[in-house]
Amino acid sequence: MSSTAAPSAIGMGMKPEKFDPSIAHLTHVPRRHYGRWMASVLILLVFGYVVKAFAEGQIDWNIVGQFLTAQSILNGLVNTIIMTFCAMALGIALGVLFAILVMSPNPVLKGVAVFYIWFFRGTPLLLQLLIWFNLALVFPRIGIPGLFEVRMVDVMTPFVATLLGLGINQGAYTAEVVRSGILSVDTGQTEAAKSIGMTRLTTLRRIVLPQAMRVIIPPVGNEVISMVKLTSIASVIGFAEVLRNAQTIYYANARVIELLIVAAAWYLMIVTVLTIGQHFLERYFAKGSGRRRTRPATPAVEA
Amino acid sequence: MMPIVVAADVRKSFGSVQALDGVSIDIQAGQVLCIVGPSGSGKSTFLRCINQLERIDSGAIWVDGELIGYRRVGDKLYELTDAESARQRLTSGMVFQRFNLFQHLTALENIIEGPVTVQKRRRKEAVDEAMALLDRVGLAAKRDAYPSELSGGQQQRVAIARALAMKPKLMLFDEPTSALDPELVGEVLEVMRDLASSGMTMIVVTHELGFAREVANEVVFMDRGAVVERGPPQEVLVHPQQQRTRDFIAAVLA
Repeated sequence: MSSTAAPSAIGMGMKPEKFDPSIAHLTHVPRRHYGRWMASVLILLVFGYVVKAFAEGQIDWNIVGQFLTAQSILNGLVNTIIMTFCAMALGIALGVLFAILVMSPNPVLKGVAVFYIWFFRGTPLLLQLLIWFNLALVFPRIGIPGLFEVRMVDVMTPFVATLLGLGINQGAYTAEVVRSGILSVDTGQTEAAKSIGMTRLTTLRRIVLPQAMRVIIPPVGNEVISMVKLTSIASVIGFAEVLRNAQTIYYANARVIELLIVAAAWYLMIVTVLTIGQHFLERYFAKGSGRRRTRPATPAVEA
Repeated sequence: MMPIVVAADVRKSFGSVQALDGVSIDIQAGQVLCIVGPSGSGKSTFLRCINQLERIDSGAIWVDGELIGYRRVGDKLYELTDAESARQRLTSGMVFQRFNLFQHLTALENIIEGPVTVQKRRRKEAVDEAMALLDRVGLAAKRDAYPSELSGGQQQRVAIARALAMKPKLMLFDEPTSALDPELVGEVLEVMRDLASSGMTMIVVTHELGFAREVANEVVFMDRGAVVERGPPQEVLVHPQQQRTRDFIAAVLA
């Protein structure tokens, strides 16, 4: 008809709709996503098959239920949680310290921090753990000569070796996170803090770090979650965390998969709780960032 | 009477750029000194040297009778420690071009941060004084607002209140209205006018020649890191002696 009709519509076998205001009352039908429907059905089928396979497979779910709250597993759980907390605390403390050192104008301090980050990020965690645990081979005794001295094997227990291994390794990663957080705070904030008479340390503590937290919290939250699972590596040096204790049980009763499921369930539990905690922590440190404008306006106080 | 600020032959360079090339200025207590000049003339750098945000290469500055940043031992000036410099900065309050309010604190918390954390004063007392200051700059209703919730003019007024909360003897203003939308300049200048009439000593780096003419006791024109001309605003801004001053004023008014 009219030569101005869209050629693409004709090309797809559709006639161009003629001008007709009387069709304005017609019902609109949204586009149908047949591809998504088919994908959903396929995924549900596969999921159902996997669930069926596990339900019919050679897993004794009674054993799983029975060992879920076994004393040995719960002890391991407590050790996992304590180790996560201690290693992360050490990691964050070292991270803040080395982030500050790496930004120091002094070449020695900066050099030490660069070396620390390079070394501990550059070698496998498992290897570091084995070195700490076997440190007695290098230094059979430690102490201050003439004052006190102890045997290294008495000091370097699985707990201490794991704490040092995980904490010091974590510090190298956290240092980079903290450094980027500190760099994200405008230098004007530091200048304003100086102008009201703050020392550099007070400025860092009261002004820079609280604002850097907004940038630091999300990656550190991820690292806490990684740490929960990384503690399982310590099973190789005999630290009695949840995986190690599950292994000890299945060496005796041969219920390997059942006990691994028990351990997996507890890891998932801890991680779920931590994920929820992280959400609230992020919201707290977002204050003043402009993303929280929805907070109820405080009624004006008459002065 | 000893001037409250004395700068003697102050020099400062950034790499190969000579930002301050022998600046000598003094100001009496209770006076308002406006520093004007083209960008890059060193006027902001000079202001920042007065409260040690910049370290000077040579020369000396006294604030309130005290040599700042250095201690004289024999024929040498030894740089002070961080804590000693921090204490000296308490004499002066600073207002920045970009406000620099602490983003994670409310208006009220911004103002009491210094008195409580640095001066170790009681929180209750600091809050009472902060509220009086907020009232003075017309923002008592915004006590719980975060900086991101305030306009530029409001942020700058809070920043002035924050500086005043430390009870400084001297206020330094570094282009306080340059980052503001034109309609917000008036409210900030109003607060500064009020402050000047209360007898506060002020050094103001500004492009607001109208404000300088009206409020300043003295105007300094700087160019290329040096003082070109200084005198009462009627002389420097209306009947300048130097060609460079005339060119600058003509360019600003054009």
